[in-house]
Amino acid sequence: MRSKGVKEQRSRHWTSGHGLAGRPRRLCLFLLAASALVAADLPRFRWENFSTANGLPDDHVFNVCVQGDRVWAATENGLGLYQNGKWRVFTPADGLAHRAVLYVAPDPRTGDVWVATMGGLSRYSAGRFDTYTQLNSGLPNDVVYGVSVQGPYVWVATAAGGGRLDTRSGEWSLFNERNTPMYEIWTYAVHATPSKVYYAVWGGGVLEYDVKTERWKDYNDPDGETEMVVLKDQGLIHEITTSVSYAEKDQILWVATYFGASRYDGRNWHNFLDIDSGLPSNFLNQVRAVDGNRAWFSTDKGLAYYDGENWAVYRPALDTHAPEMLVRDKVGKVSRIATETAPAHHYILGIDFQGDDVWVATARGLSHGIRIR
Amino acid sequence: MRRKLSLIPVLLMALISIGAVPPAARYPSPIELTVSPDGARLYVLCEGTDEVVAVDTAARRILRRIGVGRVPKGLSIAPNGKRLYVTNSWSDSVFEIDAGSLTVIRTLPAGFEPNAAMADRESRFLYVANRISNDISIVDLATGQEVKRLVAGRGASYLAMSPDGSRVYCTHIYPLPGGFRTPLESEITIIDTARLEVIERPRLHNVAGVFHAAFSADGRLGLVAQLRPKNLIPLAHVEHGWVMGNSLAVFGEDVGEVVQVPLDELDRYYTPPFGVAIAPDKSTAYISTTGSDSVTVIDIARVLSFIAATPAEARRSLANDLSASSNYVAARIQVGHGPKGLALSPDGRQLYVANRTGDDISVIDTAERRVTGTISLGGPATLTSERRGEQLFYSARFAFQGHFGCANCHLEATFDGLQWDLEPDGFGKDIVDNRLLEDVADTAPFKWNGANPNLETECGPRTEKFFYRSQSYNGEELNDLVAFIKSIPLRPNRYRRADDELTAAQERGKAIFLRTRRKDGTPIPRSNQCGVCHSGPHYTNQKLADVGTGKATDRSPLIDVPQLTNVVLTAPYLHDGSARTLEEIWTVFNPNDTHGVTNDLAKDELNDLIEYLKIL
Repeated sequence: MRSKGVKEQRSRHWTSGHGLAGRPRRLCLFLLAASALVAADLPRFRWENFSTANGLPDDHVFNVCVQGDRVWAATENGLGLYQNGKWRVFTPADGLAHRAVLYVAPDPRTGDVWVATMGGLSRYSAGRFDTYTQLNSGLPNDVVYGVSVQGPYVWVATAAGGGRLDTRSGEWSLFNERNTPMYEIWTYAVHATPSKVYYAVWGGGVLEYDVKTERWKDYNDPDGETEMVVLKDQGLIHEITTSVSYAEKDQILWVATYFGASRYDGRNWHNFLDIDSGLPSNFLNQVRAVDGNRAWFSTDKGLAYYDGENWAVYRPALDTHAPEMLVRDKVGKVSRIATETAPAHHYILGIDFQGDDVWVATARGLSHGIRIR
Repeated sequence: MRRKLSLIPVLLMALISIGAVPPAARYPSPIELTVSPDGARLYVLCEGTDEVVAVDTAARRILRRIGVGRVPKGLSIAPNGKRLYVTNSWSDSVFEIDAGSLTVIRTLPAGFEPNAAMADRESRFLYVANRISNDISIVDLATGQEVKRLVAGRGASYLAMSPDGSRVYCTHIYPLPGGFRTPLESEITIIDTARLEVIERPRLHNVAGVFHAAFSADGRLGLVAQLRPKNLIPLAHVEHGWVMGNSLAVFGEDVGEVVQVPLDELDRYYTPPFGVAIAPDKSTAYISTTGSDSVTVIDIARVLSFIAATPAEARRSLANDLSASSNYVAARIQVGHGPKGLALSPDGRQLYVANRTGDDISVIDTAERRVTGTISLGGPATLTSERRGEQLFYSARFAFQGHFGCANCHLEATFDGLQWDLEPDGFGKDIVDNRLLEDVADTAPFKWNGANPNLETECGPRTEKFFYRSQSYNGEELNDLVAFIKSIPLRPNRYRRADDELTAAQERGKAIFLRTRRKDGTPIPRSNQCGVCHSGPHYTNQKLADVGTGKATDRSPLIDVPQLTNVVLTAPYLHDGSARTLEEIWTVFNPNDTHGVTNDLAKDELNDLIEYLKIL
């Protein structure tokens, strides 16, 4: 049994783990060379950061959504659209449901975007906002944490359960404790794919909807709601889930929680903690799968990337705030690499991809990671 | 001979005895038309007989009648002239017709109530404007499958393509949903045909009821036919011109921003504008005005120079200056009854006009600007009372200065989505939401407060006194008008399954609608049960009730229980349209459970109730 205290101890090891004193010199040289090779294989970025000083609606950025050449920033004080080098800001005066924007999801077929806010759900389509609230529509609750588009269906995660809007008929179907295994209705994120829909239920684990069978299934932490890890890799790492990302092609589910991350292949779970992985922290706001082996993690101590073996963390150093990249190879050796730039802040809330580039929502601005070749 | 005659009553009796009734007369009711690229054929869409009529333009002779789906509304020809596309508005489908063999070759999918369909220049994709689902289907013509659906404005109904094929423009019969008693807004939905996405939605301020659009051949000028209803002020100002403006929205590179210009004159109205055609040489535009039985001819050079000479600030209110039309209206040409669709011959010398309630086509010589011929589309030789009433319904000749007719608000005999201040009782008093006219025959009394015991009262003296401000219908005409209104068919409900079985949500909603007890087991008084007031075949007990939704500005809290058939179509709701959606009837306007007991329902249960209401 490992306690929370143990996790913190190992976590400190991670942040200072590049010392090699006491080891044979040959091994040290080998490891340094190996780390350099690993670092070379991991993506590196030149970071450009945006704040209110250059047009961002607010520095507190909850999420980011890339839609072709358009970048949407979900901020505490409006929705930002970055296109052609300029920011455009949308507020409730433009028809947006609420100024606090929590998530933005593109509709890949129509080019519209769906906007989850603290006061309802909005669809933005070529300059027009249409807003759904719990009063004027079948939306389960006005506090909408997440949204995901699946063909003609729009799935939402709200403070009062999940919901699905059929955009063709206007019908809302609600999902809560009465018709799913959801014992906690505070849904925090949703990821809808053609075959499966996953909900991160804050305090209630993960909920899975099978599109073909129309059946629900829940996944929970086998050792309950405790913060202790009793049965590692025997189930979901924790009940307080914050994000889900399903790599449909590989049929791999990635889950972010406030107490680590999980990967599920349909049979086996593998969990990641800061003590035994490259995660800089167990406090995760979001996970975004690249595929079944690779994923990005938004943590409170930096942006993490896992390529299936090695880890990289991008952030301003926690102590000096100097830009840095941490690399952890598959045997657990860590290198700290000084970089010229870093994301705007180490508290990361969201991430999205633009080709080889990444966009990162942080507590102090939006960052564009331009891939260095 | 005597023996044969004597058999007729016997046969009639026999028919009656077995329940057979002679089929109702069907009038062609041409609504749209188009011309083949070589000008040799005219294709006419007849919504009354569900057919496309192919006409030899040289001989002015009907070549063939092609049966299509129910109540067809839209007709277009592919740019290569090889295919025709017909939207079957009640069948929710599009027919593709081979223009060579004049046969239907396949059925294509659409949304709810497709009203227009148009193929792109390469015939790769078909765009379909769906009026009830408020969207635009994009159909891959190679596979015949719908590949995506784009959200449009409310009542997506008409399509036009830019001459270079890069953009599709969609216009809407209803305004965008807005706040209670706020100025009207409509939009033109513009689709990029390369990306298959909506890229722009320019607004039409103070506009509701937008019909056809057309482009000049150089693509620099677009024109849209539209109504400007003045519903925020009492309808007691016909003499001031404050009921309905008939106008054109002018847009494109020639003018920059969208500019609205009037079609009316200071003492005469031309309403409602429907079809638009622009001459190939861009000299002239033609607009059909259905209620005025005329085509208005616009001199394009003069309207453009007039707009250019108008200061930018003044352009915004130009549509209200009825003297403006004298600067660019070149002629008014009288045509047949109820002109709707227009089409020019490729050389621009002939203009064909579909006279919907006249069942014929007017052929206009555009050089002479007069009707030089009429092509009859057949149909019954005599007019029934219902058909005569339909002609009256669509006519604007009864209102003072020809200002408007029934069909200006009851667009295409339905509704307009607006709330009107109908009576001279002061500004903002007794606001009334416009209701659907379908299925009203047996729902007396009428008017929001049930003040009119029958349709004769509703449509006769009331119309004369409050609306038209003129001597209107005589007794026979009033009977005909009422006969027509009673005959308006109820369109199919799109939310009901084809097998009439209820979905699980509808079944649960029905149980809530019919329940007699609250969730805690206490009884609900009969007077507060949904299924008691909204009972019978039309879901109304035809009585008055105070359900707590009356406003301080209403003369009485008692409200006529409305019928609920196809209620899903007619947002906003309540007698004054203050509830923007079905949900708001209960989430906003029923705090004390006086309009049915709903406050004990969970959100998903309220959703179930609404799913049931949608199938009524």
